[in-house]
Amino acid sequence: MNAVVKGLTGLRDWIDQRFPLTEFWESQLTGYYAPKNFNFWYFFGVLSLLVFVIQIVSGIWLVMSYKPDAERAFASVEYIMRDVEWGWLLRYLHSTGASAFFIVIYLHMFRALMYGSYKKPRELLWIFGMFVYLALMAEAFFGYLLPWGQMSYWGAQVIISLFGAVPFVGEQLAEWIRGDYVVSDVTLNRFFAFHVIALPLVLCGLVVLHLVALRQTGSNNPEGIEIKASKGPDGKPLDGIPFHPYYTVKDLVGVILFLMAFSAVVFYAPELGGRFLEYNNFVPANPMVTPAHIEPVWYFTPFYAILRAVPNKLFGVILMGAAVVLFFFLPWLDRSKVKSIRYRGVRYRFALTVFVISFLVLGFLGMQPVTTVYTWMARVFSVIYFAFFLLMPLYTSNDNDRPVPARIGTR
Amino acid sequence: MSEQDVEKSRRRFLLGSVAVLGGVGAGFAAIPFVSSFQPSARARAVGAPVEIDISKLEPGQRVIHQWRGQPVWVVRRTTTMMEALERTDALADPESQQVDQQPTYAVNASRSIKPEILVMIGLCTHLGCSPTFVPAESGAEFQLGSDWAGGFFCPCHGSRFDLAGRVFAGYPAPSNMRVPPHRYLSETRILIGEDQRSDA
Repeated sequence: MNAVVKGLTGLRDWIDQRFPLTEFWESQLTGYYAPKNFNFWYFFGVLSLLVFVIQIVSGIWLVMSYKPDAERAFASVEYIMRDVEWGWLLRYLHSTGASAFFIVIYLHMFRALMYGSYKKPRELLWIFGMFVYLALMAEAFFGYLLPWGQMSYWGAQVIISLFGAVPFVGEQLAEWIRGDYVVSDVTLNRFFAFHVIALPLVLCGLVVLHLVALRQTGSNNPEGIEIKASKGPDGKPLDGIPFHPYYTVKDLVGVILFLMAFSAVVFYAPELGGRFLEYNNFVPANPMVTPAHIEPVWYFTPFYAILRAVPNKLFGVILMGAAVVLFFFLPWLDRSKVKSIRYRGVRYRFALTVFVISFLVLGFLGMQPVTTVYTWMARVFSVIYFAFFLLMPLYTSNDNDRPVPARIGTR
Repeated sequence: MSEQDVEKSRRRFLLGSVAVLGGVGAGFAAIPFVSSFQPSARARAVGAPVEIDISKLEPGQRVIHQWRGQPVWVVRRTTTMMEALERTDALADPESQQVDQQPTYAVNASRSIKPEILVMIGLCTHLGCSPTFVPAESGAEFQLGSDWAGGFFCPCHGSRFDLAGRVFAGYPAPSNMRVPPHRYLSETRILIGEDQRSDA
């Protein structure tokens, strides 16, 4: 036994002289102090990392049987579902993973809105995170074309046509993206390249930047109190605990709970009533006929509802883009000195509640067919959505915020 | 060499020129990558004209053909349908003023060469969905109002077009649907993709 321990210690020392293994472990985990008061909202960061790994692994296996060819793509997906050993599981893991990715990312973002995690000094951390979100939207969009079903085809047609709204060069730009006069085999091939190589690389890079920025500033927490402001004589934050083993073990609980819910969907409801896999996408792409009811997958529907609410092509596209881009400016739109909603005034609490409701209602409206009533509802809730951002400097600068204690647990 | 001996201006010039020349080089190196996204020679060659036979087309019927990968609709309008074209009050561009949306020989009340035959690219000018053909009698089914005189309804974002592909004002589509270049080879045969000769 002693010989084994001695051997392993020797190996570690041998590596440490050549590569900073122990140093890296300590700086990232055992020596990285996180606030002691994380609640379940802090699971969603590690969960998005987990889903990322699930997507990469299941994706690599899917590529082994998938054919990026307009003639054969749809059939190759059916081949994966019926003939490839465990192919159905690989595909359902990947399709459920796509929706799960957005669920955990949206909850992760909502956590930031609740506890002011985007505020100074975490502005760059937030911006890197927003770029992850943008890259993820692109990744999901490119991936959605690959099964080459009706919804894949017409979804891509609509989104690429958005670029046609750009004044003067719009049509050429859309043609340049498609590489053809319509969405075709050429488009499918380049989207495949983006989906399996380009964007996963970009995402990896952005995730590293996001984590490096997090290590620099340290995590925020539900109280919104900076733990670095109160350090003990040993220089360690008094309200902090080492990430490993405390939070690695706690995150494991979150991971298990998440995997239970995830498996339930994968095994018992992979289509989730047409929400995760849309019914129209079980029909092969037909460039001659648009399905009677077309809608994007649920995670894009709030923005889609905003696009549809505007009776002008260019303005609709601009507003839809602005609905996403405005998130980038949150650190500067929010004028309150207080981070956490626990100490924030009634105005921000009200605004955030109304914003979440409008986001959900817009998400619902984006799934519904166009009717007069729904269009007007979408207009009302779009106005609320934008008011949350644009009026933020006003309602946050004179909110009745409460004083924040210096230490965690003294409330 | 001490710090005083360093010629700062010379160093700055070298740094600047390397940055500028490097940037120019990178710009030129990007050209093949950016241009590679353009439609390939094969994609461009596929856009050859398509011949359509309309001898079996019944009044009130629509057929869909393919040209350049896009759906091309041919509708034989009934007399009632043609009368409905006279109602132009709610249209955004009733006179077909926007030049890119149709060849000059289709700038008329029916946006066609022959008043009863409509030839049109079946893609919505908003975001490229293919609208649904909704005759007057099916208007209620799509909740298009009691005065729906027949036309096309885009399921994606709710744009409405009349039976000449003219867009109704107040809907997201910015312009009338496109009429492709076409000409009649005989009474019943149409060639899509080639303009009518001016002497015809």
